Amino acid sequence: MNKKKSIFESNVLYTIIAILVGFVIGAVFLLIAGISPAVAYGKLIDSVFSKPKYLIWTLTYASPLIFTGLSVAFSFRTGVFNIGAEGQFVVGSLAACVLGILLDLPPVLHALVCIAAAAAAGCVWSLIVGVLKVKRGIHEVLSFIMFNWIAFYLSNYVVNIPAIHKGSGEATKDVLDSARILFPEGIRNFLDCSAANWGIVLAVAAGIAMWVIIEKTTLGYRLKAVGYNSHGALYGGINANKSILTALGISGALAGLGGAVQILGMSGRLSQFAAQEQYGFQGITVALIGSSSPIGCIFSGIFYGAMKYGGSKLSIVKAPSEVVDIIMGCVILFIAISQIFRILFKNLRKKKEVS
Amino acid sequence: MGRESHMDESTVVISMKDIVKKFGDFTANDHINLTVHKGEVHAILGENGAGKSTLMNVLCGLYKPTSGQIFINGKEVQFSSPKNAIEMGIGMVHQHFMLIQPFTVTDNIILGVEPAKGLVVDKKTAREKVLELSERYAMKVDPDAKIEDISVGMQQRVEILKVLYRGADTLILDEPTASLTPQEIEGLMEIISNLTADGKSVILITHKLKEITACSDYCTIIRQGKYIQTVKVEDVNENELAAMMVGREVNFRVEKKEQEPGEVVLDVKNLRAKDYRGVEIVKGLNLQVRRGEIVGLAGVDGNGQTELVEVLTGLRRGESGEVKVLGKDLFNKNPHDTFAGGISSIPADRQKHGLILEFSNEDNLILQHFEEEPFSRNGILNRKAIREHATELIEKFDVRPRGCEGAPSGTLSGGNQQKVIIAREVTNDKDLLIAVNPTRGLDVGAIEFVHKYLVEQRNKNRAVLLVSFELDEIMSLSDRIEVIFDGQITGSVPGRDADEKELGFMMAGGKKHE
Ligand SMILES: Nc1ncnc2c1ncn2[C@@H]1O[C@H](COP(=O)(O)OP(=O)(O)OP(=O)(O)O)[C@@H](O)[C@H]1O
Ligand SMILES: [Mg+2]
Repeated sequence: MNKKKSIFESNVLYTIIAILVGFVIGAVFLLIAGISPAVAYGKLIDSVFSKPKYLIWTLTYASPLIFTGLSVAFSFRTGVFNIGAEGQFVVGSLAACVLGILLDLPPVLHALVCIAAAAAAGCVWSLIVGVLKVKRGIHEVLSFIMFNWIAFYLSNYVVNIPAIHKGSGEATKDVLDSARILFPEGIRNFLDCSAANWGIVLAVAAGIAMWVIIEKTTLGYRLKAVGYNSHGALYGGINANKSILTALGISGALAGLGGAVQILGMSGRLSQFAAQEQYGFQGITVALIGSSSPIGCIFSGIFYGAMKYGGSKLSIVKAPSEVVDIIMGCVILFIAISQIFRILFKNLRKKKEVS
Repeated sequence: MGRESHMDESTVVISMKDIVKKFGDFTANDHINLTVHKGEVHAILGENGAGKSTLMNVLCGLYKPTSGQIFINGKEVQFSSPKNAIEMGIGMVHQHFMLIQPFTVTDNIILGVEPAKGLVVDKKTAREKVLELSERYAMKVDPDAKIEDISVGMQQRVEILKVLYRGADTLILDEPTASLTPQEIEGLMEIISNLTADGKSVILITHKLKEITACSDYCTIIRQGKYIQTVKVEDVNENELAAMMVGREVNFRVEKKEQEPGEVVLDVKNLRAKDYRGVEIVKGLNLQVRRGEIVGLAGVDGNGQTELVEVLTGLRRGESGEVKVLGKDLFNKNPHDTFAGGISSIPADRQKHGLILEFSNEDNLILQHFEEEPFSRNGILNRKAIREHATELIEKFDVRPRGCEGAPSGTLSGGNQQKVIIAREVTNDKDLLIAVNPTRGLDVGAIEFVHKYLVEQRNKNRAVLLVSFELDEIMSLSDRIEVIFDGQITGSVPGRDADEKELGFMMAGGKKHE
């Protein structure tokens, strides 16, 4: 009885229901667009699961999303709302890319320097907003959105600086091999995935680190106290402003790391953006689906990665890849109203108990 | 039987039968019965955690009972929300306020039932109606103030007005007097008698036996979730009520040995501070508290005592003056530094300042100490030490239910939340303990217990500053009573031979008779 209840009341069940409902609604849209949902979803599943190398690709797609998801989740857990992961991700990838091109260092060290620089860039980008909030009382959501755009244009500017830009294309030169975090060539060949990299390992490590910080350290205690009840924390002698800055700094660093993983792992260069890349915003989705828990974010990041990777192949069956966005949007909507499911289940159970 | 009138079926408005409410495996209400008649005041008495609030939350539609039936005017009902209940004329004023902090008083009162002019809320009419109500029932509120800025007392009045505004026939008041001053309580008692004269019924939860004997007709006693009995209040006295409730005799007297106060611990000189509106409310206050004495600060709410304590603990900035603890300057320091400087405090608002409700009890119990050994080392929390610490305090301070170390503090009953705070602050063993309404919402058994701990602090040669709206509490505990009026100390009397009438006179601004 008790076991059953805990399943019924856990987040996991409602998340799964929300995901299923998301797919159903996506199917409706596909039907309206005159595409058979069976074919489209078949392709989606096929393109993720049919070969082992597709799964590796999925993980590669997932790594940056796990980072931005953790970034947003960390901010949720500590009572701030980092809607600026997008911008922090961009400055992180920018820092990693520029140093990856310009510096000349031995292999592992080069990558580490780029990764550290990306984390620092994301951290600083977020901290500026934090300082504006703490010192000037400017609401973080406003400045985060502005800083997303500043990062966007800054990146496009830097990409076009001659020392970094590559010939005639839209992108930068390639990051030096010494800065890449790809798996050794043998392993990549074995996995049959040219972009297989350490990103997923780093993402899982970051998830574990976040869990430790939140659950096991005095830092986590302090940040949570301020996030839950800043008056109570103040009364207890905890400096709220310092905590808010720390929380935003760590959150920003996580997003910046996501940017590094994307550049040094997957793409190897930075392209000029036509529009915001959305990694940060997708991080919000990942955090919500993962109910802001580090473990949850790892799984939901992989789910989102699979959707993105599978979605990119939908055009083969002439289905718009935007279906994926519709599905993810619906999932979020239904997670938000999962309270309703919860109540429904409770009532059902009660009726059963009575009869 | 001897309770003929109570057996009269025709005037029964509310009847709860065999109510059971479980939280997980824990049974908070275990087959409780309650019958309320038209026009009566029905008191509910029980220890902290007995299940009073839970039962009332069932009645007002907030909780669904696990089993049992509710009849309103003879018809069985099932509420799915408080809105349902208020439509049936049942309105509840909760023990912990359910107000929206950044909204004004008026906004909170009319929330959900706003008078409209076309599509917009008719604020003017609403404000007038609120003012009219507040005047009719003699409950002073500032209709335009924001909730976050007003005192606990005023927030309570807003809650009561909120229910009256919605036109409830049966009012459930869950410890409405816990934060009111004696004067305000008298006013409330008057309101209650007006309401019942008007045919409305009032269900009153209170730990103050005096209030039960003074204004209620029947009293239902609950012990550890179980129904004990319903008595006609005329037939019993306070001691009998207390014994029925805790299941043993309760000692109302505070035992205190004679002792000479020592060196000055707290020294406040010419302190000035403003309230939330920027109006000066502490106006050049002088106060000393010595080692080994309990100084009671008596005063009507709103005379600066809240602000005084906030300045002392570092939650509010003072304008000018001196605050010293053992000679060390603690004026306008932050709470971290005032604590380090030797001030520990039991705050007035337990849910805003005292606890982080989402935190477990064990985490709340180390709020000021989480960075110290043995609770953490090198930034890593030591869960085992934290758990042991909590288990010890929960046992020592009788926090119920046992085994609640890992449960969020928000799930404790009000009185037990208070015990958690007291356990933490008393064991801080600082030179000065400031206690603001420390027994607010505690049952008589627990009050006896807290008083014992405050006296123990004094006997251990600590200085204790007691701020309380309970004149009885001040008089029975204090070695010296200082009267605060209009932001200044206006009189001082030794605690031993304080006279209630004279204190009341001084608190209203009168000078001490020589
Ligand atoms: N939401 C909840 N989840 C779990 N346990 C709860 C919850 N609410 C109350 N309880 C438990 O039920 C018991 C009864 O609580 P309740 O608040 O009804 O007590 P009370 O009689 O009002 O006490 P007090 O006088 O201290 O306010 C307590 O032991 C409390 O810990
Ligand atoms: Mg209660």
